Amino acid sequence: MNTIFLYSLAGLATLIHNWLGKFISSELGLHILELAIIGLSLIVFLVLLCFFLGYMERRVAAFMEIRLGPNRVGPQGTLQIVADTVKLLFKEGLTPNSSDKFLFNLAPFIMVIASMMAIAPIAFAKDFQIYDINIGVLYVSAISSISVLGILMAGWSSNNKYSLLGAMRSGAQIVSYELSVGLSLISIVILSGSLSLGDIVLSQQNGWWLFKGHIPILISFVIFIIASTAEINRAPFDLAEADQELTGGFNTEYSGMKFAMFLLSEYINLFIVSAIAATLFLGGWMPFHIGGGPSSFNHIMDLIPSSIWFLGKTFTIIFIIMWFRWTFPRLRVDQLLNLEWKYLLPISMVNIIIVTLIAIMGWHF
Amino acid sequence: MTNEELINKISSILPESTFDESGEFLEVNIPSSDLLTLLNELRINKSLDFDYLFCLTCVDWKEYLVMVYHLLSKELKHTIVIKATILDSMNPEIETICNIWRTAEFHEREVYDLFGVKFINHPDLRRLFLEESWIGYPLRKNYTDENMIEL
Amino acid sequence: MRGLIEENIITEDGEFILNIGPQHPSTHGVLHLKVWLDGETIKKIEPHIGYIHRSIEKMSERLSYRNFIFATSRMDYLAAHINNEACALTIEKALQIEATPRAKFVRTILSELTRLASHQLWWGCTGLDLGAVTPFFYAFREREAIMAIMEETCGARLTQNFMVPGGIMTDIHPNFQQRTKDILEQIKGKYKEYDDIMSGNVIFENRTKGVGYLSKEDAISFGVTGPTARASGVSCDIRKWNPYSAYDQVEFDEILSNGGDCYARYQVRMKEMRQSVSIIEQLIDNIPEGDFQEKTKMVIKLPKGEYYQRVETPRGELGVYLVSDGSANPYRIKYRSPNFSNLSVLPAIAKGYKIGDLVAIMATIDLVIPDIDR
Repeated sequence: MNTIFLYSLAGLATLIHNWLGKFISSELGLHILELAIIGLSLIVFLVLLCFFLGYMERRVAAFMEIRLGPNRVGPQGTLQIVADTVKLLFKEGLTPNSSDKFLFNLAPFIMVIASMMAIAPIAFAKDFQIYDINIGVLYVSAISSISVLGILMAGWSSNNKYSLLGAMRSGAQIVSYELSVGLSLISIVILSGSLSLGDIVLSQQNGWWLFKGHIPILISFVIFIIASTAEINRAPFDLAEADQELTGGFNTEYSGMKFAMFLLSEYINLFIVSAIAATLFLGGWMPFHIGGGPSSFNHIMDLIPSSIWFLGKTFTIIFIIMWFRWTFPRLRVDQLLNLEWKYLLPISMVNIIIVTLIAIMGWHF
Repeated sequence: MTNEELINKISSILPESTFDESGEFLEVNIPSSDLLTLLNELRINKSLDFDYLFCLTCVDWKEYLVMVYHLLSKELKHTIVIKATILDSMNPEIETICNIWRTAEFHEREVYDLFGVKFINHPDLRRLFLEESWIGYPLRKNYTDENMIEL
Repeated sequence: MRGLIEENIITEDGEFILNIGPQHPSTHGVLHLKVWLDGETIKKIEPHIGYIHRSIEKMSERLSYRNFIFATSRMDYLAAHINNEACALTIEKALQIEATPRAKFVRTILSELTRLASHQLWWGCTGLDLGAVTPFFYAFREREAIMAIMEETCGARLTQNFMVPGGIMTDIHPNFQQRTKDILEQIKGKYKEYDDIMSGNVIFENRTKGVGYLSKEDAISFGVTGPTARASGVSCDIRKWNPYSAYDQVEFDEILSNGGDCYARYQVRMKEMRQSVSIIEQLIDNIPEGDFQEKTKMVIKLPKGEYYQRVETPRGELGVYLVSDGSANPYRIKYRSPNFSNLSVLPAIAKGYKIGDLVAIMATIDLVIPDIDR
């Protein structure tokens, strides 16, 4: 029994399903109850994840900036973020008088809902996935573009000039970078021949696409990391917020819990982007295998639980994206669009043709 | 150019100017009405070439005001101080020089703000530090304020 | 549409009016810029100043010649020491005395330490303004060490108030020389780190190269001084042209560049830091023994006349114009502050660039607002 828990979270899920089945006979009722449990545990998981990412960001920033970071509240400052959340909860959520009150209050929810929805098809471990949609890749890229609506709404309804400028910037930015993100995702879809995230992970049984796909996939990977950093509005592409120019951009007027929701959605987006990168390029929960290598090595790798593999890869990418933020200056708005339309997009397009050629000729491993 | 040559040159431009060599720089006293004639020549004339106005201010001598212009030539390395006396201290007026040296625009606004000197033809003569509704000119010697405390 | 025009949100031509400041992260103080925008492009800028106008000039008219020196610490608070020095030099010039050799050396060393500290802060803030937070902490690591030296010798970190007419207030602390040498060694080892994180960064170069071009003619006409003017090729280093204190006894280069853009201003300041280190190195071992202060009367009365003294602060030329009527208080004092003239050029050079560029331009001009308002 224990080994099941250790090696696969799927065992846990089956156990809960069977246990609930004893009490509820109707199929529909069982499904509804299970969905509710999944939803609730997902929200708890995501909030805890954001606590951790907030703490991690502060420690990473402190590490880069030769400081100590939070180290007083709780062991190693781990409870600092909890204290901050409690503070934000008790803050007054101001709504400016001249704002569009309905949209102003709706915007943070749209942001959070859009981020949370995108987590559905992500495989956290072997056979442990909320819903393996057969068009998973399309679904994620579609849902993640909803967040731009939230930003535009927040910027427009605040009735603040800085917010408006920030929202306009982010509109242009997210719509542009969506293209590069999509094209770099498609290169993996071409190679694996499936849009389902579960199948894509399985197709990396004998090696991750990053290693199997030659240089074109390496290029896609780099483009994906750059473009997705821009899509989730993180430095050096945080023009929509741009504290030093626009004093916070689209969230200038927000306070209290509504402001915290923007942070929440930013961290969930960060996690999702990293998880997608880990799934598509680094094999998701798939352990590191050497194709023709000694089987003993592969066997040792299999002993490490699949959830550890997944989270390890995801957090490595999260660390890299945080590293960007604390190292680079911000781009200017025209340079940002130049980078996308003059460099990333043409490169992705040529790259896709090469990847297609590789897939047709079967040159990949 | 030495002070001697400068005196000769300026005397030929403006005969009624008087000179004072006691200080660090050569000082030229002129009536306020001749300011623009002299300063234009100082800037344009290649042998004088005063291209850098490094200080512009006003001194309130109670009965009259004196506008002080410190000029320097970057190329020829000579310095001169022009002092233009404004006799009407109740309603002081003088020509602006901000189309000769652009830095004067800001400095003249400061002088207008704190001394009340009106600069004729200044493009944007508004108060600089104080609000538009402020009464009086603080750096004038006759300025009083009920909140002022005698130390 | 009508309503928007009346509320000062857009102009008749459809330009968007944005008020940057008085409270804004990158104005570094209470500077208020009214900016007319077309999209993100700047059409016109109008600076509104005076939010912290304390009328130091009027205040000084009521202070004695010993006291008014210390009011100037609050002008350019990052170069308080150099402001004080300018006032002390003015009084010495009027009294026709000179500071003792020991005082001159210490003054010069402290001035250069101030310049280093100020440039460190500027470097950190430039990074911060352009969106890179990390350089700020790197800069403060060295700046803190300099501030500690100031604290030990002058008793204060920011507003040192260490200058008196005729010399310095007290003798230097016994640790002064050793600690100064230590910090110089530390700074010399960090140049590469500074360049690695900022100077060579592609994004940084794109943000600053060709941005905010200031021509040589404009620089002179607008009375721009200091590193900002030297980056446009104007030779204006007072330390070189009108040496004061011990600057005539040291060898150093005046850093000039012909770029005129933000990147040139950045490079000029980075190189000036190296020059400052070299100046201090030449002086620190040769501080002459002797008195640290020339004897002056308790109540100083200056002879009737007008006196002008110029010094080079980290931001440009500070002029003190002092009119004396022979009494114990100044009749009129005018501070020709470098930032006042440097600000006046901002509307001219920021026109046509983007909001992001405005921040870069303000950062590289290195404005200190209390010095503008006085």
